[in-house]
Amino acid sequence: MLRVNDLTISFTRYGRGVSRDALKPVCGLNLDVKPGELLAVIGSSGSGKSLLAHAILGILPGNCRVEGGLLFRGEPLTPRRQKALRGRSIALIPQSVGFLNPLVRLGGQVRRAAALSGMAGGQARHAADAAFSRYGLAPAVSRYFPHQVSGGMARRVLSATATVGDADLIIADEPTTGLHREASRESLGFLRALADAGKSVLVITHDLKAVLPWADRVAVFHGGTTVELTAAANFSNDLSGLRHPYSRAMWMALPENEFAAEHASTQGGEQGCPFSYLCGCSDAACAAAPPAPVLFEDGFVRCHHA
Amino acid sequence: MLSYILRRAAHLLTLLAAVSILCFGLVSLSPIDPVDAYVGADVFKVGPEQREKIAQRWGLDKPPVERFTAWAGNMLRGDFGTSAIFNEPVLDVIGKRFMVSLWLMSLAWVLSGLVGFALGVAAGAMEGTWIDTSIRFYAYLLAGTPTFWLGLLLLIIFSVKLQLTPICCAAPPGVLPGDVTFWQAVQHLLLPAATLSIVGISAVIMHTRQKMTQVMHSDYALFARAQGERTPGIVRHHAVRNVVLPAITLQFATLGELFGGSILAEQVFSYPGLGRATVEAGVRGDVPLLLGIVLVSAVFVFAGNTVADILYRVVDPRIGWERAA
Repeated sequence: MLRVNDLTISFTRYGRGVSRDALKPVCGLNLDVKPGELLAVIGSSGSGKSLLAHAILGILPGNCRVEGGLLFRGEPLTPRRQKALRGRSIALIPQSVGFLNPLVRLGGQVRRAAALSGMAGGQARHAADAAFSRYGLAPAVSRYFPHQVSGGMARRVLSATATVGDADLIIADEPTTGLHREASRESLGFLRALADAGKSVLVITHDLKAVLPWADRVAVFHGGTTVELTAAANFSNDLSGLRHPYSRAMWMALPENEFAAEHASTQGGEQGCPFSYLCGCSDAACAAAPPAPVLFEDGFVRCHHA
Repeated sequence: MLSYILRRAAHLLTLLAAVSILCFGLVSLSPIDPVDAYVGADVFKVGPEQREKIAQRWGLDKPPVERFTAWAGNMLRGDFGTSAIFNEPVLDVIGKRFMVSLWLMSLAWVLSGLVGFALGVAAGAMEGTWIDTSIRFYAYLLAGTPTFWLGLLLLIIFSVKLQLTPICCAAPPGVLPGDVTFWQAVQHLLLPAATLSIVGISAVIMHTRQKMTQVMHSDYALFARAQGERTPGIVRHHAVRNVVLPAITLQFATLGELFGGSILAEQVFSYPGLGRATVEAGVRGDVPLLLGIVLVSAVFVFAGNTVADILYRVVDPRIGWERAA
C-alpha cells in the first residue's frame, strides 16, 4: 500500500546573521505497509517521527525539503497526488484534541471531514452519524465542543474524523499519549479493527509496550532512520529475533525487563551508524559509514554486525 | 448571569465617579478663566462688577470642592446643568450634537470594521505573498497618519481640486436643518467619515492579520489540511469563526478611539458634532457641558466594552458567565 524509500527531510534554519544550517531530522528512512497490516513506528519522543506522517500527507512546513521516494499503491506520491489523496485515501489521526477547532462542535467537524472525503451533504451527515455510533459516541456528543470531552473520548472523535471517509491508509500519530491504560487499549483496538478490515494502519508511537500486542510488524526509528523493521513477535525475552542492538536495548529498557537504561540521542553521528557511539559492539566500520539495509523475509536491519 | 450584571454595574458607577472627580479636578486647575472665555472680545467693555456678577451667577466664587458637591448633587438628581456657551440644558446640547456625530461615527465604524476585517483576513491567509506585503504596507502607512493631516489632504483633493464634496459643515450654509436633503447630508458626511474610517482601519487590519496567521499555523488548520481542506476552505470553515470574535471585540473596544478621532475629524471639517462641542467646551471653559460630554462618552465607551464582553461569552463556548468579570 505504502512504501517509503530512503526518505530524507531537511529543514533550513537561519542562525545568527546570514548563516544558515540544515537540520536533517529524518535521513534515509525505509518502511512499507501492506493492506490489512498494522505497522508500528517506534522511536523516542521528540525524535521527528511525526514528520514522517506529515511528509506522507504533504503537509510539512514550507522550509522543509523532502527527498527520496514515497510510493502509494505503487505510484509515486507527488505533491499533486498528495493533495488529491489526503482526506480521501490517506487519513491522519492526530495526537490530541488540540488538532480540533475549539470553536466548532464535534459533529460539525466530523461532517466536514466526511464532506472533504467526497461525500455530498446528506450522505456526509449520515456517514458522520455512523462514525459516531461506530466509536460508541452518543449522538449528544456531536453537540459538544472539543474542550468538553475527555482525552479518551477525544481520541474516539479523532478516530471518527479519520474513518468517516473510506481511506485505505490510516496514519495514527501517538494514539496512546495522555491516555490511561484502558483508554489507550481501546484506542489501539480501534486501529487493529481497521487493519483487520483490510486497511493499512501506520501507528507512530514511543510506547513500545502498549502497541506490541496489536502490531503486525515494528519499525524501530532511531537517529532519523529506521534501524530495523521486524515482526512484532520478535520482541520477546528471547532476544535472538531482534537483529539490531538498538532494538534489543529498547526492549531491555522496558520496566518489566531489566530496565537497562538507554541513553538514546536523536542526533546520530554525522557519518557513521547513528547508534555507533552508544552501541556495545561498535567498531571502526560503524563510525565510518551508515550501514545499508540488509533484507530479511519479514523486514530489514541496518547494522554492520547483524 | 445576575452576578455578572451586578459586577458590571458596580464597575460603571465607580468608573463614572472616578472620571467626574478627575475631570473636575483638571478643569479647576486649568489656566482658562471661564468668565474671560465667555466674555471674549468684549473684555474691555465688561467692568469688574459685571464680571463678578457672571461669576456669582455661575457659582465661580465658591471653592472648587463646594462647586463639585453641588454639581454632583444635581447630577444624582439627573440635572446636568446648563451649558454656559450654548445657554441650553447640557443634555439637550449633547443630545443634538450626538445625533449629528452618530451618523458620522457609525458610518466610519462600520466601514473600518468591514474593510479592515476583509483586508486582514486576506493578508493573513496569504501570508508572505505580495498581497500580504502590500496590505501590511498600507496598514503601517495609515497607522502613522495623523487624522487631521489626512482630513486636510482629503479636503484639498476632493473639495478644493476636484470640487466633488463640500468644504465644511454638516449642511450647505444658510439652509435650515429641516430643509437639508438626504443627498446633501450624505455629501457632507462623506469626507469626515472617510477620514475617520481610513485612520481606524489599520488597527483592525493588523489585529485581524495577526490572529489570522495564528490560526493558519494552528494544529487544527494543519489537521484540516490533512483532511484535504484547501486554503479557502480553512479560511471559511476554521479561520473566520476564530478571527471574527477578536475583531468584533476590538471593534467595540475602539469606540473610545473613534470618539477621540471624531474630535479631530470634526474640527478639520467644522462638522457640528459632539467632538466639536467638546473642543468648544474645553477651550471656553464650559465646565458643565465638558463634564456632561465626558460622562456620556464614558458611558458610551463602557457600553462598547460591555457589548464586546457579552459577545465573547455568547460566541466562545469556553467562556462562561461566572468567571472573571
